[in-house]
Amino acid sequence: MSDKKFGVTVRAWRQAGPGEKGRMESYKVEGVDPDMSFLEMLDVLNEDLVKRGQSPIAFDSDCREGICGCCGLVVNGDVHGPDEHSTVCQLHMRRFRDGDVITVEPWRVKSFPVLRDLVVDRSSLERIMAAGGYVSVNTGAAPDANSIPVDKDDAEEAMDAAACIGCGACVAACPNGAAMLFTGAKISQLALLPQGKPEKAKRALAMVEAMDAEGFGNCTNEYECEAVCPKEVKVANIARMNREFLLANFLSKR
Amino acid sequence: MKLDAKIPSGPIEKKWDKHRFDLKLVNPNNKRKFDIIVVGSGLAGAGAAASLGELGYNVKVFTMHDSPRRAHSIAAQGGINAAKNYPNDGDSVWRLFHDTVKGGDYRAREANVYRLAQVSNGIIDHCVALGVPFAREYGGLLSNRSFGGAQLMRTFYARGQTGQQLLLGAYSAMMRQVAAGTVKVFPRREMTELVIKNGRARGIIARDLVTGRLESHAGHAVLLCTGGYSNVFYLSTNAATCNVSAAWTAYKKGAGFANPCFTQIHPTCIPRSGDHQSKLTLMSESLRNDGRVWVPKNKGDRRSAGSIPEGERDYFLERRYPAFGNLVPRDIASRAAKTEVDAGKGVGPTGQSVYLDFRDSIARKGEDKIRAEYGNLFDMYHQITDENGYKVPMRIYPAPHYTMGGLWVDYDLMTTVPGLFAMGEANFSDHGANRLGASALMQGLADGFFIIPYTLGGYLAGSKLEAAADSDPEFGRAAGEAEARFRRLLSSKGKKPPSELHRQLGDVMWNECGMARNEASLKRALVKIPEIREEFRENLAVGGGAEELNQTLERAARVEDFIDFAELLVRDALERRESCGGHFREESCTPEGEARRDDAGFSHAAVWEHAGEGKAPLLNKEALEFEHIKPSERSYK
Repeated sequence: MSDKKFGVTVRAWRQAGPGEKGRMESYKVEGVDPDMSFLEMLDVLNEDLVKRGQSPIAFDSDCREGICGCCGLVVNGDVHGPDEHSTVCQLHMRRFRDGDVITVEPWRVKSFPVLRDLVVDRSSLERIMAAGGYVSVNTGAAPDANSIPVDKDDAEEAMDAAACIGCGACVAACPNGAAMLFTGAKISQLALLPQGKPEKAKRALAMVEAMDAEGFGNCTNEYECEAVCPKEVKVANIARMNREFLLANFLSKR
Repeated sequence: MKLDAKIPSGPIEKKWDKHRFDLKLVNPNNKRKFDIIVVGSGLAGAGAAASLGELGYNVKVFTMHDSPRRAHSIAAQGGINAAKNYPNDGDSVWRLFHDTVKGGDYRAREANVYRLAQVSNGIIDHCVALGVPFAREYGGLLSNRSFGGAQLMRTFYARGQTGQQLLLGAYSAMMRQVAAGTVKVFPRREMTELVIKNGRARGIIARDLVTGRLESHAGHAVLLCTGGYSNVFYLSTNAATCNVSAAWTAYKKGAGFANPCFTQIHPTCIPRSGDHQSKLTLMSESLRNDGRVWVPKNKGDRRSAGSIPEGERDYFLERRYPAFGNLVPRDIASRAAKTEVDAGKGVGPTGQSVYLDFRDSIARKGEDKIRAEYGNLFDMYHQITDENGYKVPMRIYPAPHYTMGGLWVDYDLMTTVPGLFAMGEANFSDHGANRLGASALMQGLADGFFIIPYTLGGYLAGSKLEAAADSDPEFGRAAGEAEARFRRLLSSKGKKPPSELHRQLGDVMWNECGMARNEASLKRALVKIPEIREEFRENLAVGGGAEELNQTLERAARVEDFIDFAELLVRDALERRESCGGHFREESCTPEGEARRDDAGFSHAAVWEHAGEGKAPLLNKEALEFEHIKPSERSYK
């Protein structure tokens, strides 16, 4: 249980709008409760800024339980903060001490331009999904669910990949700004399942092409993405994506 | 207000088939000429956009998030019901229908619920085809579990992330239509006005949350898939931005709002730790399968859990409900916890929680077994509270979770405004006064994938719709109203940020109109809410401008709507002088303190009609008839 309230200094990235020049600014936050979440600490700071007629720090967050994928901050240089495999909304202030200076930055990725302060535009990920992250089946056309048996291990592995929340941490952590873990996870999920097999070559080609077109970098086996992924999506998915992509290139009928 | 539910004639098993035949069809070549506006991209919205896009309609989807995949459906943990009867344990469409009507405490419309049960199986088929990785058995077929006290195994699940996987499935189907050009997604847009032309819903005004610009979007029909209003309590398990604004705008433009007092409180949430708390986190109620709920027998016992001897513990659910014990339904478990806390027996630093103890299960099954079943929940609990649930009992307390009330809709899911449809949690129709576990996901997808594609076609083919364009004066007027509102909010130079006023509102709602309500508490709320509104008018602090990304301004508008809506909710709770489902009126209970329904007086949906600013809303009633499932008293003794 919490012992004492304390104070920290938040150094946050402030940027008025897309393409504007940004800067770091420091703010003191007093009365921090160790049981507060990190984002609740920012809420307290923002309420204070509004009361004083200053502009609050914009940041994205919604479910605050690590599943919606909205939030994403770099805290003291760590993507999603210091806790392993969690989102920044799950970080709590008991990880900090009185007098700490905490640096807060947005995802810094060419393909995720800053919209304001800590809010970035991740629509590039949407366009990768639209390129082929689906099974082409119309509503009403499906056979009985149990007419498609799926090997339990494959189903589990597909679920491991499908757990991706689309937060973009993998991209933010990658020195090359690659979106290969994100893309590989979706390609893997659908390639592992019989439902996804008919389109798997087409899907791999289209999604990789879309990923490249958005300006994301390439994988150089840094494993930073796996290290920060809140859902522990594995780099094996990147290897599978590469295999699927190669196979598709060799075997493509087009 | 004329309430015609348009329930098709004929035997209940044939109503939907008959209705689908009776509905007029839109010629395949004409579908692309219809513009359909979908607000919200959760299960109902994404499902509708995908299925309508597949049919060839021209669909525009609006989401306030940066991506449609963020909608709050994503947070559902437990599962989705269907009447597949794969486990061979006696399930059927009829039984799912029966359980849902009974679980809703006989306040839902039978015909709608029957249809929901009927289409439930198709949802599982479709989601499997879309690649949703449901849990499976070693033989490769789907796994089922029992959930939320159901007596059979009809729940399909994807680990503890069923909502996420279903939403990603519906989202992927929608993104396929984005690629096909039938669906266009407008992210970071919030609907601020509904536009009515000649009595029909013909479009919306949306605010671009990045630039602040107001946009007009005209169409032939508007589908509100905007979720529930649990955040009227400020603290709930809903995501931070969930709000009632779209539904409230529709209400003010003539859509009836049904049963707003039907709210569900979930018993197993992690208690609040202080005033800074921004939301509450739910833990799956499956925990009650192995955890025992207790409080100290003596009031004000501040000893640590471990030093309270067995004889001084009160396992109050087991004591009061010996047949069901810790597995009583949500509303009953929640109220029982409140009774103990109100009696001064609550535990933890705030005294606002009860224990959920795994000691005996760990002794019986071993910690490994418990870890295998609930490990992720224990981790989540530890992350939030810094306490080890294997060593000391967890602390839980109920929290608002789901709202059964919503916009009134007929059998076609159309509101009282022609051309305006409401789907998923935003409507009122299927769960009555209490929703069963794993039924929210079912309803959202049923509405989106399997009902609206038919009923919307019937409306479009059966109506003579004149042309409507963004440039029509109705759009200009609505945009003007929206602009004036944001200007008014920004001109307020007070001292309180909207979040603080929201917290005040939540306190009133939770204390006076929460798990238990009585005439005096509700009347107090009707005094306190206008005081908060007054303070909102005079002391609101927003700052910044309208034409920029301004999260405080967004919040201010939502809070303003919550304040107005809260009054309607309380009024409805005051009017319904019976206890049913999630609505517990202390005046209406048995001598043992259990809820007592009043079928003679309240077997109806209460549908509220806006009578103009500053005027008392009008109450209309849709009588509910139970031809097939005879109302009986729920007893879990």
